[in-house]
Amino acid sequence: MPVKVLLPNAFQKHTEGVREIQSKAENLPQLLVELETSFPALKQHLRDGDGKIRRFINFYVNDEDIRFLGEDKYAFQDGDEVLVIPSIAGGSAGLAACCSYSGSENCLCDD
Amino acid sequence: MSSLYELRCRECGKRFPAQPLSMCDDCFSPLEVAFDLSAAKQTFTREAIARGPWSMWRYRALLPVPQDFVPNTPSGMTPLLPAPRLAERIGAKNLYLKNDAVCLPTLSFKDRVVSVALAAAKGFGFDTVGCSSTGNLANAVAAQAVRLGLKTCILVPADLEAAKILNTLVYGATLVRIDGNYDHVNRLSSQIAERFNWGFVNVNLRPYYSEGSKTMGYEIAEQLGWRLPDNVVVPMAGGSLITKIRKAFHELTELGLVEPKPVRFFGAQATGCSPISQAVKRGSEQIEPQRPQTIARSLAIGNPADGPYAARLIRESGGWAEDVSDVEIVSAIQELAETEGIFTETAGGVTTAVTARLYAHGRITPDELTVVAITGNGLKTTDVLDGKFERQPAIRPRIGDFEAYLEEVGSRVPEGAYAR
Repeated sequence: MPVKVLLPNAFQKHTEGVREIQSKAENLPQLLVELETSFPALKQHLRDGDGKIRRFINFYVNDEDIRFLGEDKYAFQDGDEVLVIPSIAGGSAGLAACCSYSGSENCLCDD
Repeated sequence: MSSLYELRCRECGKRFPAQPLSMCDDCFSPLEVAFDLSAAKQTFTREAIARGPWSMWRYRALLPVPQDFVPNTPSGMTPLLPAPRLAERIGAKNLYLKNDAVCLPTLSFKDRVVSVALAAAKGFGFDTVGCSSTGNLANAVAAQAVRLGLKTCILVPADLEAAKILNTLVYGATLVRIDGNYDHVNRLSSQIAERFNWGFVNVNLRPYYSEGSKTMGYEIAEQLGWRLPDNVVVPMAGGSLITKIRKAFHELTELGLVEPKPVRFFGAQATGCSPISQAVKRGSEQIEPQRPQTIARSLAIGNPADGPYAARLIRESGGWAEDVSDVEIVSAIQELAETEGIFTETAGGVTTAVTARLYAHGRITPDELTVVAITGNGLKTTDVLDGKFERQPAIRPRIGDFEAYLEEVGSRVPEGAYAR
């Protein structure tokens, strides 16, 4: 039951240019393991210090956000197309953002 | 910093020279523009700003646009109005409205962000620009692209208000209606931006685009006589505007243009699409995406990109977020028009209704100086008022008929109406 997985441009640096794979993963956790096995360079970029998938990376199955389908519990169907898309924010708030532009010595975050 | 600004990763801090890029290639987190504030200290002064044009371009020293860019559209510098009648109605005493319902050229605050994004697009050499939009952004891109000689490709959800579609097509824009909600449209835009060498204002140009929102914050401070308010109430769709107003206040403080002051930030959403306000109420920064179901279509983003940042800043500032029903939104549109003479779109109805609730619940106290951001014009969402006003019968052009009509509708003929 292969599913097609489309990877974003941002991944290509860590996947030797591969943009699309066929996967036999049955669900999202299996797919992540497969990606990390196939592309070891991707692993450290995909997960944060706690080993969790970084929060800006979104997974969609066909047209739907996988979080609406049950997330890890969703069983991939034959012919599913899985899209990996980092969400694009332009925000600036909170400690990291503030200090990143004003310099930590001048940080006003604790005001 | 070799240039006056660069891009920096919001999460890992990796730095990139200015380029059309919105995502860190190491941790896939969003990038933002960072200015060399010590260099800006020389150019970004009250005096220099006062000498500038009466538009958002008076702040261009802190906007990421090419040095040789010549702005030709006077966006921004919209009125900051005291709102005593609305204040009396909702129990406030020191209330101001920042009225971007009259922002040029397309009557919403999106004109600000597009001004910066398209300036950057010109600098990067794009000949086609695009966006995914809930309407106002589409209008702004379509109009301003014409003025800069750029081609367009604009994607919107198929069910958008007719006025917002018309207000895009009239500029000759290429408009693609997508069978899906904004989040579907946005995702497709990400894919298009990867495949085509176009400048998508809210994808690969997003770090530049979102800096344009800072100008609303600069203006609020300048129009208050170079001081910060106690509170701001801001509508939230993707969550970017509220975070950029805060960035503007920080920069002004850093540069010594205003006295440091803690400002509380309040966010407003429609209950039918309230992922950020729900996160704030849960005490979390974790955004749980929603399927939008609200008449406030300009705020109908179920998976807001800046949601985590917005939720965090609201909590850190000691503010709060609220959400209101569609019925309340329509009532608030009418209340704002009836009290202050401002006709806003649904997003402004959301913000007005949320403001009233914040006072009613005691989250804002009456004497605090509070600025409410009205971000769009009611002429674009007249459909939500369908059936609210009966069509009046026509009368003959005779004074007797007029007086009879006044009696019929229960109006008294005013005393002294008869001249001697």
